[in-house]
Amino acid sequence: MQLTRRDALALGAGAAALAVLPMRAIAAGEEQIAAFTGGASIGEGGLTLDAPEIAENGNTVPISVSAPGAEAIMVLALGNPTPPVATFNFGPLAGSHSASTRIRLAGTQDVTAVARMADGSFVQATKTVKVTIGGCGG
Amino acid sequence: MISRRDFLQVSMAASALYGASGFGNWARLAAQQALTQDQLLEFDTFGNVSLIHVTDIHAQLKPIYFREPEINIGVGENRGQVPHITGAEFRKLYGIADGSPSAYALTYDDFASLAKGYGRVGGMDRVSTIVKAIRGDRPDALLLDGGDTWHGSYTCYHTQGQDMVNVMNALNPDAMTFHWEFTLGSERVKELVEGLPFAALGQNIFDAEWDEPAETFAPYKMFERGGALIAVIGQAFPYMPIANPRWMFPEYTFGIRDENMQAMVDEVRDAGADLVVVLSHNGFDVDKKMAGVVSGIDVILSGHTHDALPEPALVGETIIVASGSNGKFVSRVDLDVRDGRMMGFRHKLIPVFSDVIAPDPEMTAVIDAERAPYKEALEEVIGHTESVLYRRGNFNGSWDDLICDALLSEREADIAMSPGVRWGPSLLPGDPITREDIWNVTSMTYGQAYRTEMTGEFIKVILEDVGDNLFNPDPYYQQGGDMVRIGGMGYAIDVTKPQGSRISDMTLLKTGEPIDPSKTYVVAGWASVNEGTEGPQIWDVVESHIRKLGTVTVAPNTSVKVTGA
Repeated sequence: MQLTRRDALALGAGAAALAVLPMRAIAAGEEQIAAFTGGASIGEGGLTLDAPEIAENGNTVPISVSAPGAEAIMVLALGNPTPPVATFNFGPLAGSHSASTRIRLAGTQDVTAVARMADGSFVQATKTVKVTIGGCGG
Repeated sequence: MISRRDFLQVSMAASALYGASGFGNWARLAAQQALTQDQLLEFDTFGNVSLIHVTDIHAQLKPIYFREPEINIGVGENRGQVPHITGAEFRKLYGIADGSPSAYALTYDDFASLAKGYGRVGGMDRVSTIVKAIRGDRPDALLLDGGDTWHGSYTCYHTQGQDMVNVMNALNPDAMTFHWEFTLGSERVKELVEGLPFAALGQNIFDAEWDEPAETFAPYKMFERGGALIAVIGQAFPYMPIANPRWMFPEYTFGIRDENMQAMVDEVRDAGADLVVVLSHNGFDVDKKMAGVVSGIDVILSGHTHDALPEPALVGETIIVASGSNGKFVSRVDLDVRDGRMMGFRHKLIPVFSDVIAPDPEMTAVIDAERAPYKEALEEVIGHTESVLYRRGNFNGSWDDLICDALLSEREADIAMSPGVRWGPSLLPGDPITREDIWNVTSMTYGQAYRTEMTGEFIKVILEDVGDNLFNPDPYYQQGGDMVRIGGMGYAIDVTKPQGSRISDMTLLKTGEPIDPSKTYVVAGWASVNEGTEGPQIWDVVESHIRKLGTVTVAPNTSVKVTGA
């Protein structure tokens, strides 16, 4: 098998992440979330996180977040060495409270979005994105 | 499994293979040696709409043998549910007598002896006879092709899918969706699709750059049939760029996109659709999950995982129809559509017994014309087999054992890997192995047989990764293939464990020693998804191996120990 950079990254990083990273990365992610929320409790609902179940390419995974009425939405890739991906801030005149981007994932992991709503409350959504080598289909 | 009593007004007595007692009737017919075309096609036309479903033909134009799987493990909620029931359990579930035609068509046991009695299955000229007969009952029946049509044979490879396009055009379908077609390369797919006289559908086929619906493919098409407005929504295979080489169709991105599916269902309902049909290449378990997530779908015509079910599965008010593969079955679904909804259905999975269903001479002529330029190459006998050669099964098949042996021997490797695809017909003991037979189980546009070095650790990562694509308890994270086939190495797998801990006891068979994670092994394989893979084509490797053997015998494979099933 000729290993491309894509597979070497996906496989190597995926295996390494499984073996080494989760505790440290997840802890780092939790710290980021705590800093964002100031330790407030986080609810669910009102925030949509759209991401593929299986990434076609771990180096560029399309995701989008949407939370009508949100002031800010933070996106984290909890399995990456550096979990924070982006924080989108929406001003009072924002016509839509949604954003799309492409992120790089070092292996299968949970992608989490946390939104700060206008009333100061927080909501969260999480989706597992699998980064895998090709198998084969029917 | 559908409850015979629950669903709307229609008795299920006439479902599945036709007869007052369903399968029991078939057993009697078998005893009387009285299987006829009329009985295979008999159907009490029902309602006002008919759907005809074919899928996963894999370019099999001529009758073939096809052995169904012995091992087909379901995980999570699908553990022990159809289609993850095989053999005697399957026959018990549907009341199929041992040795009956339906036992031969739908289960694996006694395959060689039953195949000698009941003969070959499939053949697109037989399928044409069935389609014409149904159109005789219902002239405006919709014929829907679930895809994996333009792939899988010598002639399909050499004509870049043109032979299948010509044959299917003669069959005159109304719509189609896609999977392996894309491995012809995006330019060729576009060229063929733009010439189709029917709808090319896929609500989940998106432009990769802009993540917007791809222009070449419509999400759905509306048909007026029997006084009802019918929406057919396409669902292409969601994981093409992962399971197949992304570099061959970089302009496209896929995914399940069930939110967009819901939006399309709502859109067609708003536009007045009385019936919503999804023509799907998701695979059966993904379709089952999607039916529970997306509301408003009446019928899912399911493809990709090659399951053949004599009754639809029911999820909520959605029926899911699975129509097999390789031209072996045609499903007919008659529907009573009134007042904007499906009021009832009648279904029959028609097995295409090639010696019972008369070929349609017009279609035979079309097929033979496609094959004529290649006749000599197709028919050349390379060797003979003394074993049943088959592919289906979660972990191994004798065809793949033979292919792995060819890789080990011709490429001088320690370990061989063969992809867990589900296509490819079977051969019987005593059969000649022709070049066509070899291509039927190997043909693809990325068939180069690589030879490389891998560490034991890396080999485990591959097995874990592919294992999770098959045994992840959430169907949305599965890809619908089988386990990568391994030659020269044994291993144990616990299908209930999470990714990373399913595989154990990896052993190099030639020495009996455990695989050392840090040691390097020579691995030969084929069907790499990576661009620039070098090596001889797999069909040449296999042909060379079989030529040297002359007569092939494949011993039972005991190198994979499965637990948790």
